Amino acid sequence: MNPVDAGRRDFLGRSAAFAGVALAPGVVLYEIALARETGKAASPAVRWGMLVDTTRCASGCTACVDACHAEHGIPAAVRPTDAQWIRKVELKDLRTGAIRSAPVMCQHCAEPPCVDVCPTGASFKRADGIVLVDRHTCIGCRYCMMACPYKARSFVHEPTTGQKTDTPRGKGCVESCNLCVHRVDKGGAPACVEACAQAGHRAIVFGDLNDPASEIAVRVRAATTTQLRADLRTDNGVLYQGL
Amino acid sequence: MSARPATAHSPPAWPTGTAPRGFAALAAAGAAVLAVALGAAHYMEEHGHVVTGMGNEVVWGLPHVFAIFLILAASGALNVASVGSVFGEAAYKRRAALSALLALALLAGGLMVLVLDLGRPERLVIAATHYNFRSIFAWNMILYNGFFAIVLAYLWMNLERRFAPLSTPVGILAFVWRIVLTTGTGSIFGFLVARQGYASGLVAPLFIAMSLAWGLAVFLLAQGALASWHGAPVPESFRLRLRRLLGIFVATVAHLTAVLHLTNLYWAKQAPFERFILLDGAPYAFLFWAGYAGVGTVLPLVLAFHPRFAGPRATALAALAVIVGAFAQLYVFIIGGQAFPLEIFPGYATASAFRDGEVAPYVPSLPEAFLGLGGVALAFLIALVGVRLFDMLPRESDAEPGGAAR
Repeated sequence: MNPVDAGRRDFLGRSAAFAGVALAPGVVLYEIALARETGKAASPAVRWGMLVDTTRCASGCTACVDACHAEHGIPAAVRPTDAQWIRKVELKDLRTGAIRSAPVMCQHCAEPPCVDVCPTGASFKRADGIVLVDRHTCIGCRYCMMACPYKARSFVHEPTTGQKTDTPRGKGCVESCNLCVHRVDKGGAPACVEACAQAGHRAIVFGDLNDPASEIAVRVRAATTTQLRADLRTDNGVLYQGL
Repeated sequence: MSARPATAHSPPAWPTGTAPRGFAALAAAGAAVLAVALGAAHYMEEHGHVVTGMGNEVVWGLPHVFAIFLILAASGALNVASVGSVFGEAAYKRRAALSALLALALLAGGLMVLVLDLGRPERLVIAATHYNFRSIFAWNMILYNGFFAIVLAYLWMNLERRFAPLSTPVGILAFVWRIVLTTGTGSIFGFLVARQGYASGLVAPLFIAMSLAWGLAVFLLAQGALASWHGAPVPESFRLRLRRLLGIFVATVAHLTAVLHLTNLYWAKQAPFERFILLDGAPYAFLFWAGYAGVGTVLPLVLAFHPRFAGPRATALAALAVIVGAFAQLYVFIIGGQAFPLEIFPGYATASAFRDGEVAPYVPSLPEAFLGLGGVALAFLIALVGVRLFDMLPRESDAEPGGAAR
């Protein structure tokens, strides 16, 4: 290697390191800028949602499910009593024979039946569209599970182990996908969305459906999407493309 | 109108200081079943619902079958009091106290099961202090508590002679309240828009009809048992009137059940569900036809209307058959309705680790069965102690001359 090349390489290395150091706080600040301030209520101007592109979702891939389990400290679902926050459903069109695959989780409905039926108000919808369960007022009646059209809710059937700080879980209460609210409030994306991207599929897009410039809003405008059980008019925050 | 004119002057059911035959043994048996049930509930609470047959698909199991039966029967047990107070029938009015006592006992049993089957029964105070008024479940809590208060007041007014004039207006209030209560209980299911087995405005009137039949069946059995315990048979004419009434109620339930299923069969999208419930869903189709249609409907109809079966034993058998049929019908309705797969992707065949598109498994476990039986035991104990403490039995001297038949 001649001295000129060595000097060039050294310069490029230093420049890259400098750029990294200079940009990193910017990236962090950008995330903080998107994050919700502590103590500030969720904004009704925002409608968090997800777009699932079933043409990109790989059959047999469970990256989103595994990531969800790891994020929330949920054991793999084996028995009918095990928690099912998100599951992969393999689909076959009965008319055309077309094969699709899609994750199903809480659909974060604008008109959630689970919230309507909850006797104590433990099931609630945040102003930004995220549907949650207040573990302090859930009495474990499971009426929300009867009402959910998507089998999206789980009852904690036994004592829990390996709980995560951000995801309190407790025997006798109902739980479901919380859209990784702890990440979203810090400006991040749900674990399933990141995992799908890392697996190279990018089949799930997360964002603010109310922000016309967001990727999800752009995609939803451009492509035909469907809401599961649209006949119920629950106006789901999770949209599916390619069904 | 004076309430209970004859009973007021009759000797007490049992001479003071003596216990009726077998009282202690019956009370001990009831208490033993209740103790086992409480133990089962404790076991379920300690280990979680993992020790039941329920899962994340069939979320309401056998305890709900018992609870809904007891709650509906509670409303129906008030039939006799309602006919007495609302329609002024003297023969019924004399049995209003027993009718009200049974209503209270059955409701207490049903609510016990419902509460102990909660994931967090110790949070009952939250249910009593946090109300979501969009929830029919929250309304039902108010309706159940109101029913207790009104029927308790009604019972008191029937037992305390100086309040007798008030028993008619309170009886009318109780009648209206029980119809609203049963409408509310039916609406718990009727409002479940997503499930093919439930979402129907017909569920509320069906539940009212079921309560009329089941509660009367329980009343007939209780009245018969009490009469034989005392060695004072129920006046024949009165029993025959109740027998005919039971037949009419059973026919009403059958009619509404048929309409519900026929309506579903008319809709193409409901056809797979009806096929499951009526034809090939095990054990639901068998329970529907053999349990509900055969034992719970045809048998009591024959026993209620065929002149060959006019005796007291046949009437008791009819009542028993109605109760057996009720459990079969509720099992099919509550568990079959959940076991049938939710149609989340219409037009697609589905497969997943959460059994999408498959029938949900459910096999009731022993703790669940014990908890359910505990509700029956509590109702039995309250009724037993009630008839022991209060003079609830109208003796033959009460029967108006010429009987009550019309």
